Amino acid sequence: MEHLALLTFVRGPALDWSLGLCAAGIILRLFETLGLGRKADLAKPRDDGPGSGWQTIFTRSIPPAGMFRRDPLTYVAGYVFHFGLLATIVLFVPHIEVIRGVFGVSWPGLPGPLVDVLTVASLVALILLLVHRFYSPVKRLLSGIDDYLSWVLTFLPLLTGYLAFHHLLLEYTLMLAVHIISVELLLVILPFTKLFHSVSLWFSRWYNGDINARKGVAS
Amino acid sequence: MAQSKHTNTLPRTVGEGLARRGVSRREFLQFCTTLASMMALPPAMAQTLAQAISKARRQSVIWLSFQECTGCTESLTRSHSPTLENLIFDLISLDYHHTLQAASATAAEEAREQAMKDNFGKYLLVVDGSVPMANPGYSTIAGISNVDMLVETAKGAAAIVAVGSCAAFGGLPKAKPNPTGAVAISDIIHDKPIINVSGCPPIPVVMTGVLAHFLTFGEIPELDPLGRPKAFYGETIHDHCYRRPFYDQGKFAETFDDAGARDGWCLYKLGCKGPVTYNACATLKWNDGTSFPIQSGHPCLGCSEPNFWDAGRFYQAVSMPITPVEGLAGAAAAAGAVAGVAVTWHNRSKKAQAKSAHVTLGVQDLKK
Repeated sequence: MEHLALLTFVRGPALDWSLGLCAAGIILRLFETLGLGRKADLAKPRDDGPGSGWQTIFTRSIPPAGMFRRDPLTYVAGYVFHFGLLATIVLFVPHIEVIRGVFGVSWPGLPGPLVDVLTVASLVALILLLVHRFYSPVKRLLSGIDDYLSWVLTFLPLLTGYLAFHHLLLEYTLMLAVHIISVELLLVILPFTKLFHSVSLWFSRWYNGDINARKGVAS
Repeated sequence: MAQSKHTNTLPRTVGEGLARRGVSRREFLQFCTTLASMMALPPAMAQTLAQAISKARRQSVIWLSFQECTGCTESLTRSHSPTLENLIFDLISLDYHHTLQAASATAAEEAREQAMKDNFGKYLLVVDGSVPMANPGYSTIAGISNVDMLVETAKGAAAIVAVGSCAAFGGLPKAKPNPTGAVAISDIIHDKPIINVSGCPPIPVVMTGVLAHFLTFGEIPELDPLGRPKAFYGETIHDHCYRRPFYDQGKFAETFDDAGARDGWCLYKLGCKGPVTYNACATLKWNDGTSFPIQSGHPCLGCSEPNFWDAGRFYQAVSMPITPVEGLAGAAAAAGAVAGVAVTWHNRSKKAQAKSAHVTLGVQDLKK
């Protein structure tokens, strides 16, 4: 297939299908998760401080006392990767144009070289986290196919985006198409792997914070 | 008398023709140096080019026009004048060309047949326009269908130059739904070297460069995977665009008349296809190096790429989805919700079954 034709296909029907599957998958998983329900809590709440659920959404991102010192790599690389990835997605102008094309909203972006630095930082952080996962006995024991698949499918869009930006390895049009394909794979797989945390994180943290506060437990 | 005889006969070599037109050696060498540079040849090759071109016999060229708009011919003829490139172009032996030849009807076809006979195996065949395959009657010349004329004329050609995106890739006639069944030259001819000089129209000097290369080396230049000369189509317009620094800085024109547009910021958001378009517009430019579309404030349409007409909207950024997703989102949400309700119902009934199967144990049971 000629490169521009491939790019046209991945920007057209392939993107439609992957966005559709992603949206359908997210809604399916939300129904599945929330539909399980919880038993009514009949106990009198301890210290039902208002906003404890909302607080927890943010406080769970801060390392508990002593944890940072015990495992600084996970925290630092985790922060670098997550913020780098988020900035790369939402502050690179060609990506903002995609968002504008899908949702109709847009905002100013960052200069290309700055996004480039953030992408490299994210890639390095991801590699360090993978190495650490291999070498840390606890992490290795906890890791399954889902974790490694999620890592690969997150790493590929960043890597192919970087290669496309710098015109490396493959011809630009083809690499751009490969980049978009890698994103489409990520979109399709997102609702059905641990990557779903990007959606479930918010209300699971809220629920944990809220229920723990009702029970008088710090969260 | 001798002088009159001399000027009335056609020049035998390109050098002779140039001398007659009063082109100095210095001017000619300057031209060859530019050509060498354009074709990414070492500077020392300029001398070789000059020697080869000046001694070369006037290359017989047969030019066939099929489903086209004559834009390619307009570009190649008008835009050169009165530069040196035009003189060289004049000094090839253009034995057949609908638009430019004086002869018509039978005389015109005889000129083509004569040129084919006299230069069999040596002439260069230039084609602009695509070939309709759905019905041969869609485009004919002197009652001969385009495909028949192409196959017949290609037989004795040393090489074929497919000028313009229509000849190179099918171009606009091939745009969906392609009512004439238009195909590119390379879809029909498989046994001859074909050089695709794509563009809608192509840059005039690219054509001259290709001819000069053929005259000098007797072979076609190095081509990219789409059959285009690498020297001219090796890099994207975006790579050499003078607005590129604005892209890197994140400065974009949002509309055609905003402050960014007036300040010459990048046209990416306005749909510029420069990042995925391989051509030399940003370096060679048009109208004797005056300007090119991006310089005059319009995004690149990507006209030198195959099927550019169907590769998304012209005024939509190259990263944007091609089709609107609103309807799709609704359908996806509905499908997800239906599947979600089904899964939830299944889970809940499983939970209810487990609950009903639960047996309450008492202390007495534990003692058993």
